[in-house]
Amino acid sequence: MDFFIQLFTDPVGFYNQHELLIAQIGINAILAIAIFVTFYSGQLTLANAGFMAIGAYTTVLMSLYLPTPLPLNMLGGALLAGFIGFLVGLPVLRLRGIFLAIATIGFVEALRLGVILNVPITGEGQGLKNPTADPLGGILPILISVPVLSYLVWRLTHTRLGQAWAAIREDELAASSNGINVPLYKMIAFIISAVVAGYAGALETHINFFVDPTEYGISRTIQILTFAVVGGTTNVVGPVVGAIFLTALPEIIRWASAYRDVVNGVILILVIIFRPQGIVGRGGLAVIAPRWWTRWRSRERPASAH
Amino acid sequence: MTQQVLNAIFIGSIYALFAVGYTLVFGVLDVVNLAHSAVFMLGAVITYSLVVLHGMPFLPAALIAIVVCGLLGLLIEFVALRPLRRRNAPPIAALISTIGLALIFVAIVEQATPGTPFSWLWQDGPNSVRFPTEAVPNPTYHVAGLTIEGTKLGILATSVVLMLVLGYVIRFTQVGRALRAVAENRRAATLLGINVDRIFAATLFVSSALGGLAGLLFGLAISDISPYIGRDQVELKGLAVIVLGGMGSVPGAVLGGYVLGLIEVFAFVRFGSNIAAGVAFAALFVMLVVRPQGFFGTRLRERL
Repeated sequence: MDFFIQLFTDPVGFYNQHELLIAQIGINAILAIAIFVTFYSGQLTLANAGFMAIGAYTTVLMSLYLPTPLPLNMLGGALLAGFIGFLVGLPVLRLRGIFLAIATIGFVEALRLGVILNVPITGEGQGLKNPTADPLGGILPILISVPVLSYLVWRLTHTRLGQAWAAIREDELAASSNGINVPLYKMIAFIISAVVAGYAGALETHINFFVDPTEYGISRTIQILTFAVVGGTTNVVGPVVGAIFLTALPEIIRWASAYRDVVNGVILILVIIFRPQGIVGRGGLAVIAPRWWTRWRSRERPASAH
Repeated sequence: MTQQVLNAIFIGSIYALFAVGYTLVFGVLDVVNLAHSAVFMLGAVITYSLVVLHGMPFLPAALIAIVVCGLLGLLIEFVALRPLRRRNAPPIAALISTIGLALIFVAIVEQATPGTPFSWLWQDGPNSVRFPTEAVPNPTYHVAGLTIEGTKLGILATSVVLMLVLGYVIRFTQVGRALRAVAENRRAATLLGINVDRIFAATLFVSSALGGLAGLLFGLAISDISPYIGRDQVELKGLAVIVLGGMGSVPGAVLGGYVLGLIEVFAFVRFGSNIAAGVAFAALFVMLVVRPQGFFGTRLRERL
């Protein structure tokens, strides 16, 4: 509770005290935007942790070995992630549903275990030191990126491109028989998602002094997925809200710090059972009453009428 | 080299047992049960705690652990899966609720140290332990220059027998026919008078019991029992195995388990341990791109 009291009574003190948390919330929100793009086009891809790793490693390696300025390094990381996304997408996007999800998980783990841990330039299992990191200066770009990217993606979903994605999501066969180039639009969504995830990875290394290969595994991927599903994927606000909620949750439930994951798990289950469309889904923010509640209410009502 | 092949067969049996449970749930319920790896871990943890903390002999302890794991399967069905079916949630929702359960199971074990509410279950927190050597009889045989440990022979025998039994039940008994009917078409099965919910519960029970058994065999063979063995060692490899064999195909999962064991051992011998870890996922990726239906899968339709 202290967390919320301070948020409203002392925002400046709150910001100073929770800078790292706020930065992490921002990065997770960007990752949630990345997975939203593929979700919106009806594809369950779980490759974002891998693209993050590409963005992070590229940025740090460029700042270590090249005289380029930092923004260019970040751009390089994001673009390389997009390019790898294109290469991976070529074979993988023919798959659908759970098969696509598993293939992209395979990509993430093969990249981490097979490539990053075996190529000397990435520091292998040791990780990579990032001397140019700037934990405090890095927060501002993150906080600017979240609303800007949300707005861009929100606009994008209202263009012809976004309509094509929605059509593919609803019915791929119908979309393609209406002249929508399904593979092309799927690929565009996948690449945009990869670029955004790579950008999030680049931003994240900028606030940490260290690139840790264990960060970019399956647990990260699943975390990003839960942001999107818990938040809801009908519009871009959902995943962002999910990311904010789930990242801040450990702070909110400090009193249960030892059993944090238990509370986390309970909340995941409750949200998914009572709000399967996510926190921000159809029906706005209203919480659907559980069935036993409506039943109990309808039993009580005649009694109270008398 | 022959020794390596033997090792591949032992570890392959464990992968196969684990993956059979995974694939059974996917085939019948169309759900990827990500709590399966937590049940795998609990199979090892419960056996360990019964043997070491409560002084039981190994075999009854293992039996109790398997039954408890089966009951945990029912818990998964009633807490994480059935409420979602009632609400017609998309299948991806079940992915999230089973992740939630897995988080809870792992956190309970990882936080259990002496003096905490769960100290009767586990006392080593996040650390890794092994069965004491005197608790499990382990005669070692030397045949033609090969070292064969008794426990590993037991593992092989147990898993082969169980998989044969499971195959028989699915193919030739009334329950198995009902199971296949539900897997084929849930609605039609309901119309034919099959109690679909009961079949689902039975599937979860059998699947989780097999998962728990795989976990305790893993603890026995690899001598590594910790809250993280499910998540780190088999969760994704299990996915790789059922994709190799064909999602939802039980014989495919068995074959996939042995194939993955072989691939890993050969990659280890040929390229060293670093690359071997990534090989499983490279194989998974290639298989999905080249032949997404796996070795045995025939039907390939959108399931999500």
